[in-house]
Amino acid sequence: MQSTAMPTPEQHGFRAHSDGPVVPVQTRSERFRSTEVADFAPVTGREHEWKYSPVATFADLISGDLDGSRLEVTSTDAAGVALSWIARDDARIGRAGIPEERASANAWSSFDEALLVEVSGEEAKTVTVTRSDLGTSPRAAHTVIEAAPFSRGLVVLRGIGDARLTENVEIVVGEGANLEVVSLQEWSDESVHLASHFARIGRDARLKHIVVSLGGKVVRVNPSTHLAEQGSDVEALGLYFSDAGQHLEQQVFVHHDAPHTRSRVTYKGALQGEGARSVWIGDVLIGNAATGTDSYEQNRNLVLTDGTRADSVPNLEIETGDIEGAGHASATGRFDDEQLFYLQARGIPEEEARRLVVRGFLNEVVQQIGDAELEERLIRALEAELQGS
Amino acid sequence: MSVLEIKNLHVNVETDQGTREILRGVDLTIREGEIHAIMGPNGSGKSTLAYTIAGHPKYTVVQGEILLDGENVLEMSVDERARAGMFLAMQYPVEIPGVTVTNFLRTAKTAIDGEAPSIRTWLKDVRGAMSNLKMDSAFAERNVNEGFSGGEKKRNEILQLELLKPKFAVLDETDSGLDVDALKVVSEGVNRAHANTGLGILLITHYTRILRYITPDFVHVFVAGRIAEQGGPELADRLEEEGYDRYHVAESATQ
Ligand SMILES: Nc1ncnc2c1ncn2[C@@H]1O[C@H](COP(=O)(O)OP(=O)(O)OP(=O)(O)O)[C@@H](O)[C@H]1O
Ligand SMILES: [Mg+2]
Repeated sequence: MQSTAMPTPEQHGFRAHSDGPVVPVQTRSERFRSTEVADFAPVTGREHEWKYSPVATFADLISGDLDGSRLEVTSTDAAGVALSWIARDDARIGRAGIPEERASANAWSSFDEALLVEVSGEEAKTVTVTRSDLGTSPRAAHTVIEAAPFSRGLVVLRGIGDARLTENVEIVVGEGANLEVVSLQEWSDESVHLASHFARIGRDARLKHIVVSLGGKVVRVNPSTHLAEQGSDVEALGLYFSDAGQHLEQQVFVHHDAPHTRSRVTYKGALQGEGARSVWIGDVLIGNAATGTDSYEQNRNLVLTDGTRADSVPNLEIETGDIEGAGHASATGRFDDEQLFYLQARGIPEEEARRLVVRGFLNEVVQQIGDAELEERLIRALEAELQGS
Repeated sequence: MSVLEIKNLHVNVETDQGTREILRGVDLTIREGEIHAIMGPNGSGKSTLAYTIAGHPKYTVVQGEILLDGENVLEMSVDERARAGMFLAMQYPVEIPGVTVTNFLRTAKTAIDGEAPSIRTWLKDVRGAMSNLKMDSAFAERNVNEGFSGGEKKRNEILQLELLKPKFAVLDETDSGLDVDALKVVSEGVNRAHANTGLGILLITHYTRILRYITPDFVHVFVAGRIAEQGGPELADRLEEEGYDRYHVAESATQ
């Protein structure tokens, strides 16, 4: 178990192209970016963005050949949501952001076509896009989710069965739109999934982004949000349950880049069993155009057994003095014994009391999904995790 | 006829400075339907007694016993004690994030009765008890004690007392922090539970004002980890006038 840590300037000063001594402080916005995998130096595992990850277990995804053919995708029907495959040179690709690390660039260099999910219309609607049984050889994918101006919708991107996948997901939220994206990882035990999400939020638009990682051997979902226009808003939530031998990671980046933008980042995780591992890095950059920014990020981990490790690294970078508020919190702890005592003092047996407390801890995120059916399903899935099945 | 017996109870707590003896030989017998008030100065060990009865792991019993109808309570886990009929209304009720009052009450009731309550009567009971305690029905969907005011937390404790129907309840300073209206509401709740179920009560308090609404059969003065004097309700009046000054010699002797 590792407690709160702020990165040192040295850790912070990594440059993708440098193999030699670490160069001094560089801001997140100046990090090297490219869609070409060859532009990135080979990964050693010591790099800033890889140092918490078991890179040796997925070297093929970082630098090997990838199968870039269409993924097996099924989708529910919803009025106002259209799915299509678009060519890799389509102008709608590359608007939300581009890779900052090699596995992401490898996916970008390798996909044949991108899945486009278009959301339009002001009525609320939900669509679930399921990627299932993607096999055990390394693959690449690209997805573009676009919410038309003033549209509203919830897109669930779900993964089940086997996968050995590196992918990029672009999320483009048009002016005044209200989009929710839930990335739900329920892969099989041996699966590896590396994902970079790039969101660009338009004027007065709002994104609720939720990463739920439950299944998979290594799952690394890194959402970056660019609050590019005035009044844009992101609520970035995450929920993970790491079991024995599981590595669940998320590097969350929020870039405040316009006046009166708001971000709330809340990631909560539980760890249970020998070798259960979680990583959360939360970078918030408040650029000098971002006057009146209101930002808060937090990560909380609940450790259920010995032998687990949770790394939690919040990092706040502020380039303007004129902000509304910015803060962060990070805590990793065991059960609160007083909560257990209270529940037991009401007759509830210890095991059940523990379950209630964990469920309650994680529910704080589940409760914010706002889709009753999905919430129900997640509560059941978490229940199963707790029971160790 | 149920009876709770505390005999020669000595309790230690581990502190950073080492082991500290807090209870120094407490003897107390409460029979079904009796109301005992325990009054004493800050730090005299009242909450320690309450927590020890409930089985809080921080407190170590080094001597003495607690018997519920002859059964050894000290051998029971915290939840077993509750299922055996003991209840502690806490001085500082704990917040449980993400667990709603409704869910919590149903889980506790099911644990205590050994079976889930019938849905229809249970909902009616919960609603009725909440309205008696003048709790807005919105509390049912809030997380346990989260963001509750001091007074709301105390009402929530008495709500549980009324719904879980224990044999014996320890009320640890349930009156402190309540304004006069809340004090009446909470006292009525305690009196209802007492009248309906023949509850035996150990009422821990600092002040005599709650005794205007809940009439004790016995008053015990608690000083420096033991009972220094006992009597009837008139003892409370005397404490009101004189304070604890005349017990001070005994108190300073403990340090
Ligand atoms: N867990 C603990 N660790 C260290 N000291 C403790 C602990 N619990 C109680 N004590 C000490 O034991 C003594 C009795 O505490 P207790 O809370 O039982 O008193 P009290 O009579 O309930 O006081 P109050 O009227 O303020 O509620 C105090 O000096 C207190 O500091
Ligand atoms: Mg006390």
